[in-house]
Amino acid sequence: MHNLSIKRLVEALRAKKFSSRDLAEHFLARIERFQERLNSFITVTHDQALAAADAADQRIHAGDAGPLTGVPIAHKDIFCTDGVKTSCGSRMLDSFVAPYDATVVARFKQAGAVMLGKTNMDEFAMGSSNETSYYGPVKNPWDLARVPGGSSGGSAAAVAARLVPGATGTDTGGSIRQPAALCGITGLKPTYGLVSRYGMIAFASSLDQGGPLARTAEDCALLLQAMAGFDPRDSTSIDRAVPDYSAGLDKPLDGLRIGLPKEYFGEGLDAGVARVIEEAIAGYRSIGCEVAEISLPNSGLAVPVYYVVAPAECSSNLARYDGVRYGYRCEDPKDLTDLYKRSRGEGFGAEVKRRIMIGTYALSAGYYDAYYLKAQQVRRLISNDFKRAFEQVDVIMGPTSPSTAFRLGEKANDPVKMYLSDIYTIAVNLAGLPGISIPAGFHDGLPVGLQIIGNHFEEARLLNVAHKFQQETDWHTRAPMEA
Amino acid sequence: MALTSEDIKKIAHLARLQIDEQDIPGYARNLTEILALVEQMNSVDTSGVQPMAHPQDVSQRLRPDEVTETDQRAHFQQIAPQTEAGLYLVPRVIE
Repeated sequence: MHNLSIKRLVEALRAKKFSSRDLAEHFLARIERFQERLNSFITVTHDQALAAADAADQRIHAGDAGPLTGVPIAHKDIFCTDGVKTSCGSRMLDSFVAPYDATVVARFKQAGAVMLGKTNMDEFAMGSSNETSYYGPVKNPWDLARVPGGSSGGSAAAVAARLVPGATGTDTGGSIRQPAALCGITGLKPTYGLVSRYGMIAFASSLDQGGPLARTAEDCALLLQAMAGFDPRDSTSIDRAVPDYSAGLDKPLDGLRIGLPKEYFGEGLDAGVARVIEEAIAGYRSIGCEVAEISLPNSGLAVPVYYVVAPAECSSNLARYDGVRYGYRCEDPKDLTDLYKRSRGEGFGAEVKRRIMIGTYALSAGYYDAYYLKAQQVRRLISNDFKRAFEQVDVIMGPTSPSTAFRLGEKANDPVKMYLSDIYTIAVNLAGLPGISIPAGFHDGLPVGLQIIGNHFEEARLLNVAHKFQQETDWHTRAPMEA
Repeated sequence: MALTSEDIKKIAHLARLQIDEQDIPGYARNLTEILALVEQMNSVDTSGVQPMAHPQDVSQRLRPDEVTETDQRAHFQQIAPQTEAGLYLVPRVIE
């Protein structure tokens, strides 16, 4: 059962080949079996999952099934889940039981999905390796000595190891696409404004976007369908009609114009990864696509800009954790300042503190113009690069990550080195564009992800381009370990 | 720009973060390295470039001024560290 796609699971449930309860029990047993090795979950909602599965079975019997009724799913622990611990990977929220559902969570409930639990992640989604989690690092199912990527590393590892057929993630600078690449699965970061951020714990509000992780583009289309759409509760949600993401998956790609940014194939890219990506591009050429070199001249400035914009927004967003209304509170505060300082000092880990301090510094009196304003201007230049590129090509392709999964501890003590593992993903967030990472092959036994970037609201095209590749290749069917 | 231990103490205070004395040199080194990375953006001339605050250049949506939420104070205060009579408790601020 755990090797079936979400599409097949939906069909089998409707045909009553097995029940939603059978499915939930099967996956819960797998989660339990692999938890010690992978550490991909923070909370497993065993009893609630079985109750939801029973309710799903009743709906199916009554002929009242929604699009995902009975399908198991896991949510990144950044999405608020009513009555269930929502930690965001932090000691600060270790005891936080959310009093309401995020819009994404509510929509999956409405579509009939059965939540099995909450997945591990970098603390407050700040990290590229899952090593900043208060609950310990997640291991990569392809090699337990390596990281799964981050920050949605728990979701990616769980999907790759077949502990759940699909999961949610969030992507602020690559946090869906990079772990999807490093774990050998498919992950989509939608256009900014497509998926509601209501109840999604805020990190950098002008960059954060929720999206799906699954094994195939076809499954990501089903999950995105449940997630996407206008939400009046998110002031940056965009009010426009949501297309049918599954309808155009099989469209032929003849004449599709693919742009390869020369900046994505230069210094810093692992040669083995480059070879896999070039073979994947050759595959697209062989099914009728036109490939052209393009330039995104300001690419090299994306990481520098991001490390002003994201920390600035994070320092402001995380000011809400004050030890007063919810979350961690220090013991015996001697006055109000002590309450704030020690609750935050003890509740946040080192990487979160670094980013709060960078943001605080960049926004402090006298430095605002040199850092924040400058970054917002360069952000415009980066966005303009993409605008120009999309006048010439339909999609942009390149590697998702400059290397395959790195070793646990390899970059943990060197923030700048860690930050540079997101050199190909960050610009997409700065420009608010959609991007998808799909399995493109292996280098030394580790998965390599191909990143496909589209223009705003072109998710259907990205899913189509990804699906056609997955019809020609079998990389997305490869399973790690004994899974 | 190299940050000193004094700078770190000042920034940590502004951010209301307690930092252990022994960790200050490490933060000073890390933050200095991060700022060196960030300052690469000074390599490009941005005079006359309009700053970009929103990925789609959309302005904030307004909604009618109507009451849409119900009072859930008791529900939300269940998760607070310390409350009394519907109020959040903090250490005394006025002597």
